[in-house]
Amino acid sequence: MDKIKPTFSKGGKLGFLESTFDAFETFLFVPNTTTVKGAHIRDCNDMKRTMIVVVLALMPAFLFGCWWTGSQVGLEGFQAFFYGLVRVLPMVCVSYIVGLAIEFYFAQVRGHEVNEGFLVTGLLIPMIFPVSTPLWMVALSTAFAVIFGKEVFGGTGMNVFNPALLARAFAFFAYTPSMSGETVWYSNWTMMGAQVDGITGATALEQLASTGTMTYSPLDAFLGMIPGSFGETSTLAILIGGAILLFTGIASWRTMLSVFVGGLAMGYLFQALGVTEYPAWWHLIVGGFAFGAVFMATDPVTSAQTNKGKYIVGLMTGALAVLIRVVNPAYPEGMMLSILFMNALAPLVDYFVVEANISRRKKRVKLAK
Amino acid sequence: MSNNLKYLTGPFSANNPVIVQILGICSALAVTVQLKPAIVMALSVTVVTAFSNLVMSLLRNGVPARIRIIVQLVVIAALVILVDQVLKAYVYEISKQLSVYVGLIITNCIVMGRVEAFALGNKPWASFLDGIGNGLGYGMILVIVAFFRELFGSGSLLGFRIIPESWYMAEGGFYSNCGLMLFPPMALIIVGCIIWVHRSRNKDLQEK
Repeated sequence: MDKIKPTFSKGGKLGFLESTFDAFETFLFVPNTTTVKGAHIRDCNDMKRTMIVVVLALMPAFLFGCWWTGSQVGLEGFQAFFYGLVRVLPMVCVSYIVGLAIEFYFAQVRGHEVNEGFLVTGLLIPMIFPVSTPLWMVALSTAFAVIFGKEVFGGTGMNVFNPALLARAFAFFAYTPSMSGETVWYSNWTMMGAQVDGITGATALEQLASTGTMTYSPLDAFLGMIPGSFGETSTLAILIGGAILLFTGIASWRTMLSVFVGGLAMGYLFQALGVTEYPAWWHLIVGGFAFGAVFMATDPVTSAQTNKGKYIVGLMTGALAVLIRVVNPAYPEGMMLSILFMNALAPLVDYFVVEANISRRKKRVKLAK
Repeated sequence: MSNNLKYLTGPFSANNPVIVQILGICSALAVTVQLKPAIVMALSVTVVTAFSNLVMSLLRNGVPARIRIIVQLVVIAALVILVDQVLKAYVYEISKQLSVYVGLIITNCIVMGRVEAFALGNKPWASFLDGIGNGLGYGMILVIVAFFRELFGSGSLLGFRIIPESWYMAEGGFYSNCGLMLFPPMALIIVGCIIWVHRSRNKDLQEK
């Protein structure tokens, strides 16, 4: 490794590929560079490790999604799991290849290091898409999200919106029929010799929006035995992931908790007003609410930075999601839109929190005088 | 002579009203869902800018500075009504598609901007060329945006099908139109992309 390094450094033969080389070197090996000057506090949690933990936290939902995809078409046990894996792996590959290619290209052009943020985004994207989404749509949405959500703002850490959600929002508005509606789980694959029947099922949210109730039991919804996007169905699996994130301290419990509280409060409000008949807590277990609360709203880049801001943004995200779900019949799922909207507002909330703090301290100074 | 040429061609690239001066964005988003209305709109705006520039340039020494805006408005409004009537008479379908946006040419910043900034201080012929140049520069962007929006949003160009029916999912294919292209936000993103490409090719336009 060290031998070929000079080739890629400045002035070397392949110097223009410096960022690419650096990315692979730090990803595959522990780099031998150390801080030479001054005192720095360092722990083992650099960005790569952080991202890996998030990927680990996503695993329960991912594995469940594999199994559930298979069971939906009538397979059992390991076969079901394998079927789901085969269906989703191409999506994962496509989203990683497209996204990383763009990231590497931009990093190369700008002479930056390649950032690791996409490791998580690349896995999140297939998990919030229906499994039946054509691969080219995944590729296009990923490209759109990475270029317009991230790179035009200056790359990882500078983005205003969560790139994975942006990919879904793009696909949702551009290819509405493929992304929602009744045919989400349509599939007609031949698998292991047996013709797997195509099935169609309305998502639980769709049922709630159109009939005011759902045919799935709350327990099924909690465990994830309902139709939906690949990784979003099982609230249980998501909560396991959420626990990992909280335990390692990567995600903010403030955001996570207040999203749930906000959604619940709004749900009860609607219930009290008689707008909806079903219990408020159903909102938390159907659709992408839990997934959004645990993995999307807590994104450290696009969420609020101040602690108070986190509560405010979280509460509003949850409340808005339920509001959109109940009041707007065109969008049975409001989580995506509400998170993106609050992404846009988070800096404003932060600004007011900071300003309020400043004026409070100024007042204190005055009193002391 | 070369000066006149500069008035005509300057707005095509280095001084483009849409992508450099960022004027006339509103109508660029509104009428570009399909190519045909975009082309008609481009021509209409070109006619209006050209003749309002010409007329105001002829009147420029006779109009008191205090009431010049109102005079400009009268001239521009008269021209827009003329254009509107012509469109209604000859291309009724498209004029219906464009609906209020023909009338709203009056409020297009490019028209009044050129009259204020150029025609009031220059000779009629130069003003006329400047008007044509700016109209075409605006139209150029409109056509580019409409090209992408119609091709990817409806799979056709000027109403002719480009992407074969058999590709579509409803027919058992793999393709489906990008619904986002039909929404104005996507037009804004396309304009952004054009600006991006344009700036990266013209380094002197990049802001620090």
